Amino acid sequence: MRIELRDIHKSFGPVRANDGISLDVPSSSILGILGENGAGKSTLMKILSGFQDADSGEIVLDGKPASIRSPADALRAGIGMLHQDPLDFPPLRLVDDLLLGSPGPLRPDRKKAARELRELAAKFDFALDPDAYVDALTVGERQQLEILRLLWLGAKALILDEPTTGISLPQKEKLFATIKRLASEGMTVLFVSHKLEDVEALCDRAAVLRQGKLAGLAPKPFDAELLVRLMFGKELPKASRARAEAGSEVLAARGLCLDSIRLQIKGLDLSVCAGETIGLAGMEGSGQSLFLSSCAGLERPVSGAICLDERELTGRSHHEYKRRGVGYLPAARLEEGLVPGLTISEHYVLAEKGGGFFIDRRAARDRARSRIEAFNIKGRPDSPVEALSGGNQQRALLSLLRDDLKLVLVEHPTRGLDIESTAYVWSKLKERCAGGTAIVFISSDLDEILQYSDRVVVFFAGRVSPPLDAEDLGVEELGALIGGKLWERFSGASPRLAPRARSEDARA
Amino acid sequence: MRNPLSMKPLARAAAVIAALGITTIVLAATGAPPFAAYANIARGAAGSWTMAADVVVAWVPLLLVTSGLLMTFTVGLWNIGIEGQITLGAVFATWALRSCQGAALSPELAIAFAFVAGMAGGALWAMLVGALKTFGGVNEIFGGLGLNYVATAINIWLIFGPWKRPGVASMSGTLPFDKKFWLPTLSEQSRLAPIAVALALAAIIVVFILLRGTRFGLRLKATGKNARAAFLLGVPTWQYMMASFAICGALAGIAGAVQVTAVYHRLIPSISSGYGYLGLMVGMLVNFSAALAAPVALFFAALNVGSIQLPIVLKLDSALSGVIQGTIVLFVILGEGLRSRLAARRKGGAV
Repeated sequence: MRIELRDIHKSFGPVRANDGISLDVPSSSILGILGENGAGKSTLMKILSGFQDADSGEIVLDGKPASIRSPADALRAGIGMLHQDPLDFPPLRLVDDLLLGSPGPLRPDRKKAARELRELAAKFDFALDPDAYVDALTVGERQQLEILRLLWLGAKALILDEPTTGISLPQKEKLFATIKRLASEGMTVLFVSHKLEDVEALCDRAAVLRQGKLAGLAPKPFDAELLVRLMFGKELPKASRARAEAGSEVLAARGLCLDSIRLQIKGLDLSVCAGETIGLAGMEGSGQSLFLSSCAGLERPVSGAICLDERELTGRSHHEYKRRGVGYLPAARLEEGLVPGLTISEHYVLAEKGGGFFIDRRAARDRARSRIEAFNIKGRPDSPVEALSGGNQQRALLSLLRDDLKLVLVEHPTRGLDIESTAYVWSKLKERCAGGTAIVFISSDLDEILQYSDRVVVFFAGRVSPPLDAEDLGVEELGALIGGKLWERFSGASPRLAPRARSEDARA
Repeated sequence: MRNPLSMKPLARAAAVIAALGITTIVLAATGAPPFAAYANIARGAAGSWTMAADVVVAWVPLLLVTSGLLMTFTVGLWNIGIEGQITLGAVFATWALRSCQGAALSPELAIAFAFVAGMAGGALWAMLVGALKTFGGVNEIFGGLGLNYVATAINIWLIFGPWKRPGVASMSGTLPFDKKFWLPTLSEQSRLAPIAVALALAAIIVVFILLRGTRFGLRLKATGKNARAAFLLGVPTWQYMMASFAICGALAGIAGAVQVTAVYHRLIPSISSGYGYLGLMVGMLVNFSAALAAPVALFFAALNVGSIQLPIVLKLDSALSGVIQGTIVLFVILGEGLRSRLAARRKGGAV
């Protein structure tokens, strides 16, 4: 099936997620869709698969304009989407999972469905038993089930959203073989990924999105440098920065092993000195958030040690870390950082140490007023925090940090902020560095990483790089590392995080 | 553009009127005279000093329970287990009085002991719900509901087992306590105990102050509105949840002790009398604000007491008060929901 997207627009408030994207995908082809987080990949795919409506634009299938208003519409039109997290029903048997989404009589023919599932599985050499339960499958097998389900429902086009996250290498190879076979039989495939190597291995063409626009289309064979440039834009001139004088060691991670559902980090070593700024780069979900929250005592390491000022704090509570001078600013300001419904002034009362039983409202308001002034927040002491703009919320979060911190951990310090707020936030953070505070931050903005870090640690689904000097690092090199290229240079010396199937914990 | 927030009192009033309208229609449809029924409820609640005193008697446990629930509502918990906490308060108070009856203890001390025991019982039952939630991952609604049944079972077992009346155990409860162990009331016939009223008023005032002007209250509020952010800002969130459970349970326990020492003078099977669930309704209706709790609880108590005479005078079931209370709560919550949907739509974006 030939899919044409014509001038698709979609805005969320002031954010233009899709800004006039047009694509033409012929049948029997595999198109890779690349782009950094927030480039508009997911939105475009959600529009095509009926999860979201476009503000304007047209979807044309085999030359006929199609109206896709729901996922059921999309399936009827022959478009099936394989989601990053399998959308199936773990407590059900495979055959019931298959039948659940199918149109049909009230009493479906289970025997027939089981037979057809068995035939389909045999065709692609999948070992799936229709009578087994979904929760006994690995993530890779659940993907296989989803693919078969979509085929069974008559999909003529498949959208795959980051399908190689969380599956084992043999499963990935089988997945790719299956996709290629489907394409050779006439299937149209859209493959969304941020992994260059996957796109290279699989796709006929790659479309790169950046800031809601189509930045470029590249045919096979791919030029990795060109793709990186298309994904991240041009290199900006670096602002000159005074490198902080490295002081004594503040934070030390020794042989840190971390475990989440998707990732395992093994043997991470990092030493952060007073006054230093470390940028953690990588695609979202590559392990950097896991590492940062373990440094705040929010995530318990499987093994290894975290030391603060040469005192081991492994396994202690977040509040203990806080008492020892660690500040943590989460990315989700209104979800994790601030309490919607409380005023700015009340936030200062919450954040301050000690204090009497009764709140001195006048003193609290005075303190809030002086903080608001010092941090240039556009708001009043009794404004509820949810009424502040994103930039002002970030300033408010910053202003809540205590003065005497040794280490500040920040997730996406300037996400969604305008240039002025960005500069302001960083001037405040750098003020702390000058006073001897160390900063570790996560950002998906390469320029921000390069401009403000002294050293950069790159995370990629497989690995953690050794700290790299930001002065010697180019934006294209960093982009390539983030996309999984150039890693051979660290081979041997670097700590590894092994990608692995979620077989064990998927069962849990 | 009008700020939807400023429509709040208006929406409230409209919701109450709509609820009364629906009740009127239902009454008329079944052939009952609606306005005569309302007049009867009003007469039943305020027709005489005795009736007014009965309203206050019902108001006391309701206000105690509502005060406690404001704490748990504030921290974002649904303390459905409040009924069981009242029951356990009553059971512990009864135990205390029974064990004092033979001892050479002054009645004042014995009654005080009964109240302390009641508080402990209610708090214990509430903290069990909290512990199940914190350490066992059991949602407080399920845990509370389960413990309500356990509390009822314990109560019935005591009445028909270890604490049964000499001779035949009876649904009318345990043997009444010695008169000297009754909480002093206004007069011989009255069940209105000034101490109980003072306790209820003290409870709501303390809760009001706690939530209004203290660090403790602010931290509870922050935990209820966004537990994750509160934790990151340094609030020990699960300890605060436990504390609010303990306070709520202690106040429910006092309510149980009041029912035992001042109203029934013995332990009866349905000692909680549904005041816990009614308190939840009051809490929802006042939108968790302590200032409104006392008058609204009084109104609900008046509805309850006022409808007692309905079966005699109008041959209507006294459950009518429950219908009115339920419809009002439903309409007010519906109004809130519609208002916030409207606000979201005005902000832009689909709902």
